[in-house]
Amino acid sequence: MSDRKPMIEFNDIQKFYGEYHALRGITATIREGEFFSLLGPSGCGKTTLLRTIAGFEDISSGAVLIDGHDMAQVPPNKRSTNMVFQSYAIFPHLTVAQNVTFGLRRDPRTKAEKAGLVEDMLGKVGLAGYGKRAAHALSGGQRQRVALARALILKPKVLLLDEPMSALDRKIREQMQVELIKLQRDLGITFVLVTHDQEEALVMSDRIAVMFEGEIAQLDDPETLYRKPASRRVAEFIGAMNFLDAEVIGQADDGITVVVDGLGQVVLSHSQVSTAHDGTVAVGFRPETMTILQDGQTSDGLETLGVIEEVVYYGDMTYYDVRLNNGKRSVRISMRNLFGRTIPDIGANVRVAWSPGALILFQ
Amino acid sequence: MKVSGLKCYAYLYLLFLYAPILLLPIFAFNDGTVIAFPLKGVTFEWFGQMWENETLRRALTNSLIIGTSSAVLATILGLFAARATTRYRFPGKGPITALIMLPLVLPEIMVGSSLLIVLLGLGVDLSIVTVILGHALIATPFCIALLSTALGSLDRSLEEAALDLGETKWSTFWLVILPLVMPGIISSLLIGFVISMDEFIIAFFLAGNEPTLPTYIFSQLRFPKAIPMIMALGTCLVVLSVVLLTIAEYFRRSGLARAGLKDTGGFL
Repeated sequence: MSDRKPMIEFNDIQKFYGEYHALRGITATIREGEFFSLLGPSGCGKTTLLRTIAGFEDISSGAVLIDGHDMAQVPPNKRSTNMVFQSYAIFPHLTVAQNVTFGLRRDPRTKAEKAGLVEDMLGKVGLAGYGKRAAHALSGGQRQRVALARALILKPKVLLLDEPMSALDRKIREQMQVELIKLQRDLGITFVLVTHDQEEALVMSDRIAVMFEGEIAQLDDPETLYRKPASRRVAEFIGAMNFLDAEVIGQADDGITVVVDGLGQVVLSHSQVSTAHDGTVAVGFRPETMTILQDGQTSDGLETLGVIEEVVYYGDMTYYDVRLNNGKRSVRISMRNLFGRTIPDIGANVRVAWSPGALILFQ
Repeated sequence: MKVSGLKCYAYLYLLFLYAPILLLPIFAFNDGTVIAFPLKGVTFEWFGQMWENETLRRALTNSLIIGTSSAVLATILGLFAARATTRYRFPGKGPITALIMLPLVLPEIMVGSSLLIVLLGLGVDLSIVTVILGHALIATPFCIALLSTALGSLDRSLEEAALDLGETKWSTFWLVILPLVMPGIISSLLIGFVISMDEFIIAFFLAGNEPTLPTYIFSQLRFPKAIPMIMALGTCLVVLSVVLLTIAEYFRRSGLARAGLKDTGGFL
């Protein structure tokens, strides 16, 4: 993937709305054929950034390049990008087929050829035979498919998706996520997705740019993003993470010695240190990296003692709040409810298995 | 059945509103020149008289030309203004909008007399053209109000989608915006037409020697003999109003259905 040529390049993009600094020096490259996500809380500038690719948003300084060409003077209708809008923007006065064929109005092909293309495209998005329906009579999921077909029929170099799943209910959303991934693989078009849903970004993307306050906080593949967040803020935004107070007491070439609240003294390798610095020193770990041991069960790694303070049962999973060795704050541990495993009561004393390799030092 | 006080009030209110209008057709068909009970018998004479009256026909033609032209003019101007106020930000937007909407509250007698002074000062001959301009002036604020609602409820991403799919700003306007606000445009044309049709003061000031329907009716009220014919004319106008209202409502509802919106009001 990394050897592919750049499709979209952002060079130090700045955007001001009057006094408000919406984009603060965005520099990034999206590669050809990549499923790329812009992830962040609302107001972080992710939609603004997407709209600079489509040309709906002027930039105050910097440059957007698509396939090597500077887009500064190129209006939206001359760009080889197409967009699926958050509201889908289906033309309500037209039929499904008229919507899908809208972008082919200036195309020299015959009516029959276009009709064939439309039917073909509707088939690809799972709407075969829907051409004659009135667009305003469709459900949310169907509208989204029409929006997809309408954009993809033009064979854009880049498909832009602005929170396309936010209006769908959970079941249809999950189904659409899988279909979108398949569609993207089949067509090989570069997809750029804007979402505030970290799970959606993790499921769908090849790479994710996490944005806060108009800046990219981290740009990585989903696994790196989850395993090694660059900052505490990224760690908290993507999945859940426990933080324990910590103090660095020794630095050496082979590792960093840290005293961690509730866990004691550990030696961490340099690769376990987060890259961004946000002041406070803390050690973080994901809830699934620790295990509450059953009576008589042994573990390969280290063990520590804890007291169960809260049990939250989710059917397939249980979340436990556990205070390790009378530490300052309790940590959350998640466990799969495997067959035969008993769920300890609140107040129970338990042994907890953990591994120093799962810890990340934020400083 | 127990009739509550409020219900009584509602019925009395309706009676007060519509009783005078109900008298129109009654006396239009009454075989007598005096507008008083008892009725004398049925006749179509007044309608015949109305049909043969040369001046009345001229007044009607004038009113139709003025009504149609000023409605079209006001709607086109209103469309531009409504588009500008709903989509664009520009310096002085507030004051400019306020100035355009001002004729809504200005006394018509002031508008009429000041227009007359200006037009005479400029040396313009008074004709139905000057009435058209005057009526467009007072109808434009109503058209803007109607069209702003229609344009404002349009999802902005529809325009962006058309641009995104390769259309220019102009073709987007023709292909997407215009068809979607068409019900609003039709309403605006009808409102403009109706405002012009029954406008008296400006027509009185600016028409010169040309009669319009309201000025003609006013001039005839001096002659008791002409009153039954005016009643017949009034009956025709009431029927025309109901027909126009029905058409407007039909387009409004079909427009809603086409845009997939919920019906939240309207005339009928």
